[in-house]
Amino acid sequence: MPKMNLTHFEASVLFALFSSVVLGVITKRTDSERLRYGLRCFAYFVAALVGLGWLMHLGHG
Amino acid sequence: MPSPPTKPEAQPQPTRSWYPIVGLGWLIPGGGYFLLKRPGRGALVLASVLSMFLLGLMMRGAMFQPQTGDILTTVIYVGGFIGDLASGLLYLLTIWLGYNQPDMAGHVHDYGTKFLVAAGLLNILGMVDAYEIAIGKKD
Repeated sequence: MPKMNLTHFEASVLFALFSSVVLGVITKRTDSERLRYGLRCFAYFVAALVGLGWLMHLGHG
Repeated sequence: MPSPPTKPEAQPQPTRSWYPIVGLGWLIPGGGYFLLKRPGRGALVLASVLSMFLLGLMMRGAMFQPQTGDILTTVIYVGGFIGDLASGLLYLLTIWLGYNQPDMAGHVHDYGTKFLVAAGLLNILGMVDAYEIAIGKKD
């Protein structure tokens, strides 16, 4: 099994992507609603990721 | 005088036994959806859980062993073990093939450990959804 080195950002975005796909699949009633919900979850994940990243960057001084 | 027409009673949703659906969903991520003739959703759950699990292995994440002690230790280690175990056959195969990564310092290992647990937790979400479809609560 090859070893993989990911940055914090890459690992977090991949986590957000797969989580959003499953959250989209298990919720809502129609495929278009599922797609929209999955995209919205992914956008929220990335927004939280960038926001918390900046918060830690600024808080670190 | 004729009686007023009564409303037809709501037909119950057709249900089926959920045991094989939840069982297969645990063993093979997304398997419950395939049994329920929803291959698209099954394939998406399978691809997500499998990708997350393989990424966790490639990042050399550690598998949790259940430990008890204070409440925090119990929650982390027993919860982590349940999360790992929820990946079903992926977890069993990994253990049977001798994967034994010690818990090491470093953000990549740490992400790997979390990816392994999160893969199982996503599979639990898929199992619960398949269960709800099987009992007729969802379509």
